[in-house]
Amino acid sequence: MELIVASAIGLMTAAGVYLILQQRTFPIVVGLTLLSYAINIFLFTSGRLVINEPPIITGANSYADPLPQALVLTAIVISFGMTALIVVLAIRGFLETATDRADLPEDDFPDETETGS
Amino acid sequence: MTVSQLATNWIIAPTILPAITAAILILMRQRDIEVQRLLSVVSTLILLGVALFLYDRVSDGVPQAYRLGAWPAPFGIVLVIDRLSATMLVLTAALALAVLLYAIAGWDRRGRHFHALFHFQLLGLNGAFLTGDLFNLFVFFEVMLIASYGLMLHGGGAKRLRAGFQYVAINLIASSLFLVAVGLIYGVTGTLNFADLAVKAPAVAENDQALLQTGAILLLLVFAIKAAFVPLHWWLPATYAAASAPVAALFAIMTKVGAYAIIRIFGTVFGDGTEAEHLGAVVAPWVVPAALVTLAVGTAGLLGTRRLLNFAAFSIVASMGTLLVAIGQFSIDGLTAALYYLIHSTIAGAALFLIVDLITARRTVKLDALVPGNPISQAAILGTLFFLVAIAVVGLPPLSGFIGKLMVLDATYGVPRAWLIWATILVTSLMMTIAFARAGSTIFWKTEGQTTGPGWETAAITPMVVVGLLVGASLMLAVFAGPAVKALQATAEQALDTQAYVRAVLGSRENTEPARPITEPAAEAEVTPVPPQEAAGD
Repeated sequence: MELIVASAIGLMTAAGVYLILQQRTFPIVVGLTLLSYAINIFLFTSGRLVINEPPIITGANSYADPLPQALVLTAIVISFGMTALIVVLAIRGFLETATDRADLPEDDFPDETETGS
Repeated sequence: MTVSQLATNWIIAPTILPAITAAILILMRQRDIEVQRLLSVVSTLILLGVALFLYDRVSDGVPQAYRLGAWPAPFGIVLVIDRLSATMLVLTAALALAVLLYAIAGWDRRGRHFHALFHFQLLGLNGAFLTGDLFNLFVFFEVMLIASYGLMLHGGGAKRLRAGFQYVAINLIASSLFLVAVGLIYGVTGTLNFADLAVKAPAVAENDQALLQTGAILLLLVFAIKAAFVPLHWWLPATYAAASAPVAALFAIMTKVGAYAIIRIFGTVFGDGTEAEHLGAVVAPWVVPAALVTLAVGTAGLLGTRRLLNFAAFSIVASMGTLLVAIGQFSIDGLTAALYYLIHSTIAGAALFLIVDLITARRTVKLDALVPGNPISQAAILGTLFFLVAIAVVGLPPLSGFIGKLMVLDATYGVPRAWLIWATILVTSLMMTIAFARAGSTIFWKTEGQTTGPGWETAAITPMVVVGLLVGASLMLAVFAGPAVKALQATAEQALDTQAYVRAVLGSRENTEPARPITEPAAEAEVTPVPPQEAAGD
């Protein structure tokens, strides 16, 4: 199980990083989403992987750590909100500038040429 | 309830007050903007009062903790206030008041929800300064960032949207890194409470040390993005130059949150233990070289940029460089200098953005392009203010920048490779002087044609008064440098005193043997021979 979980985290992180390095906004948004998935699972595993155990101390020597689950919940909510925001930003940016490039072009400053003299 | 308990409850006020104000401001969005402005200013004034009250409460030198829901310390959420937190609270509230007074002269009309977002931003900032555990530091960072996204886009426009996308993307990546660090540190130590971490981090098993150090380095990376360390600085000039002036001025404190977090985590929490093995020592070798490069890059940007707004943004990068050189010493002298320079550079950086905005608003043709243009109205008074702000930022006498840089130089005297630090700071100061002289003379002296900008009868006076007040604050910081340095030295000593912090949060618990909470994975790791990441029960 550790191998599967670790591979999944690694694969999603790699794909996420690859997509974030693209030039256009949509792949970047997808990349950020993948990255946040990977991070959520990673956080989850920081409480160790256990199956069929109560999230409280019952006297048994094995239990599921509830704290990482609470952390993951918070992280999911935050990353969901952030993704919504960045999607809106990307769409607004596309509609206003008619391009979905993520970099800031040099000629973004209209009066640069006229003041160059 | 005793008097001291009552005072302890006040610790949460700097987070609750802006939260309530922001909520009310959202409900009032249909009302007259004058009413919103009044509420916004009154709330910020009260916040300043509360911050000063709390500063006074902790000036006896004992950190105080507020336990939410009265849950005992490592299990519940704690807010902790010590001199360092209180200083940052007072600085934030004072800066916020100045920025707000500047904004209500007109900027706040150019978009919706300025005042509500402004108070949410204050909530995030104050929370980040007060929180006593790593995960809530993350949460308050996010609150601060969400508000800052809205503020950054205030005023709208294609350029802001494009820069805003980059800003949000880089911060989302930073947040992901933060969570990885949180996961690693929790996985190894089983706690996220600062005080508890300080107790447990030195006791981590040998084979888990590498994981803990990875977590610490990742945390440094996150704070470096916030504090605009080279090579993670590139988002700052684009963002700050695209943001509206009052927002950029408020953002002057945002980079300092990164600096504060570095002091808190690597000074207070991980600073304990023997010289060689504590975690502060793991990151310390990276801070000073990166800071020197940051300073050089910021100065090169000042010399190379062709726009006034970018000019102001690069001055922030350069000031962060100087600040982090001092923080990187992780000594009491270094931290005292760092805190003095932090206060100074926040005031001076904000003042620079505001004066640049006043100039840009009057240059109706060339705007903020750093080229000769028309003369501007009120040139005499704006020129004087620009000159004074330049003196403060560059670090020439008689304003506080001079004393700040002197203290940084003094604190680095005698450390290894001090010559390199001295040479960088002194040469960059000279370069900055040249850059500011060139910018000032281009704008105010190389002018021709008709005067542009509003005349005295229409010009708003408050913005100029605010810039004047900020310059006055810098002067006061220089005049009262003696008492200020004395207070900051006590602050620095307290910030590096891990034991006092632990005592304040955990009470006497730190004496009872490791005091591991029952949800302690390390205990489990002893049972399972496999490395912790793979420890499992399948």
